[in-house]
Amino acid sequence: MTNTNKNLRFTKSHEWVNTDVSPMTIGITDHAQHLLGDIVFIELPKLHTHVEAGQEIGVLESVKAAADYYAPVSGTITEINEVVLSQPELINQDPYHTGWICKITPDQSASTDSLLSEESYQHHIAE
Amino acid sequence: MAFIPHTQDDIDAMLKSIGINELEQIFDEIPASIPVAKLDSIPASMNEQELLIHANLLAKKNKAATCFMGAGSYDHHIPAAIWDIATRGEFLTSYTPYQAEVSQGTLQVLYEFQSMLSELFGLDVANASLYDGATALAEAILMARRIQKNHQGKSVLIPHMLHPHYKHVLETVLFEQHIQFIEMPFNTEMGITDHLKLNQLNIDNIFAVCMVQPNFLGLLEDVNTITNWAAENQIISIACVNPSSLGLLCPPGQWGQHGVDIACAEGQPFGVPMSSGGPFLGFICCKKQHVRQMPGRIVGKTVDTEQKPGFVLTLQAREQHIRRGKATSNICTNQGLNVVAATLYMSMLGPQGLEQLSSACYQNTHFLAQELAKIPGVKIKYHGHYFHEVIIQFENHFDQLINFFDKTNILPGLILEHYLPEQKNCLLICATEKRTFEEIEQYLKCVKQALLENYNVAQTCQLGV
Repeated sequence: MTNTNKNLRFTKSHEWVNTDVSPMTIGITDHAQHLLGDIVFIELPKLHTHVEAGQEIGVLESVKAAADYYAPVSGTITEINEVVLSQPELINQDPYHTGWICKITPDQSASTDSLLSEESYQHHIAE
Repeated sequence: MAFIPHTQDDIDAMLKSIGINELEQIFDEIPASIPVAKLDSIPASMNEQELLIHANLLAKKNKAATCFMGAGSYDHHIPAAIWDIATRGEFLTSYTPYQAEVSQGTLQVLYEFQSMLSELFGLDVANASLYDGATALAEAILMARRIQKNHQGKSVLIPHMLHPHYKHVLETVLFEQHIQFIEMPFNTEMGITDHLKLNQLNIDNIFAVCMVQPNFLGLLEDVNTITNWAAENQIISIACVNPSSLGLLCPPGQWGQHGVDIACAEGQPFGVPMSSGGPFLGFICCKKQHVRQMPGRIVGKTVDTEQKPGFVLTLQAREQHIRRGKATSNICTNQGLNVVAATLYMSMLGPQGLEQLSSACYQNTHFLAQELAKIPGVKIKYHGHYFHEVIIQFENHFDQLINFFDKTNILPGLILEHYLPEQKNCLLICATEKRTFEEIEQYLKCVKQALLENYNVAQTCQLGV
């Protein structure tokens, strides 16, 4: 994996989340974008909605597939990356930076314990 | 494309390769507890000659009649060229157009169809058609449900005067989706939705509103007010229109301040014969922002590797063969031949022809209604605006009138009481552009004779077809 940041945590459903910042930035992994192929459309979550960890928050559509993506933590959607609406290819080209998807302000009670470290995620996708 | 059946050798080889001896063994995994339908009531097969005799006997039951009946299926002139072209082998036998490299003709027709429909309805996108108007309305409601997936409500507003057949279809299609129908307040005096009472509704539970234009009584609804009301309350607006009226009436994309979200229609009036009720075709259009929730096939224009223009099915990530359980389209087909007919119909009429068609329908029905209203005991029941269908109420001798028409070769209209028990002694009458002045005169003569004179004179009222 390239371009990764050691601060990131991962889900088994291939989202990454930066737990070091608040609100937490969220995107999909390089592995996920690679599996999907050229992304042509993204449906972003609605601003200010409350989501639970594991809840479907949007849809990605590529030339060969469509896939849902999920909230890594419980919280409120406080920012969305409107740039990827018109340039969904950024998610392919730069999934960890300009291709971010949304930001979630976690609940007080939100837990990040079940999120994977980079090493565990690499292990997961190698399986 | 060759379709070569399997030989016994092929079948044996395939069975051997999966390790079984009999074809039936493939079905062994179906549990025996699943009930098996009894086919006893299906008659024995017929050979070709027997079938032709049988079909001819059935066909002879049809009476040729001068049709003043509408109520969802309309008797319009169909230019001879339409079915001459639509039944060419290239259209008649072409299979589903997923393989773009061998389907450019079909795909281009579908693309032209979508383009014309979008223009006619004043909306951004149309699909390649659905089964009929009623299922198109059901699909429009399902589409609204998907658009409003974060909405808590489970109810959709429908007009009281939605076609009763459409209500049945909605119940059938949407019953398992746990969508509830709430009828909008109805103004019994005017025969239309009472839009002034809309604000009394509890809107928390409502995710969409359907409008029909004209309604089942033929009357024009105040669709601008309802569309604006829906937009103000974040409710998805759905229009169901008669396409023949769009030469005169405002397209759904221009209703209210911002137009409706979704529009649908029964496409039969555009080049498809009434033929005892089908097959028809459904139109559906929407604003571009909703296109990913649209069901059915959508054809797009693109370029090939040599930069030459071509057509393909597009936005397929909505469809069930890609998205499986989360598909937003579970209809992987369209009404191919009727689409060809409707496309040819629109191209032959053009905008000006459509305007003339709408005007002729309007004028014929209004002339007939006004002349009928001059007969004592006959009146136009509602005072609102109507397009090409109207409710005529007969004070006396209604049964006598119907018996009289039974002996003529005129279909006088729909006996409304059969569908709406409170509507006594009323006919829903339609005179399209196809009805001649002579036919309308004949209709009036029959009514006068049936009501005013001794009713045993039906033979004097025969009308050549």
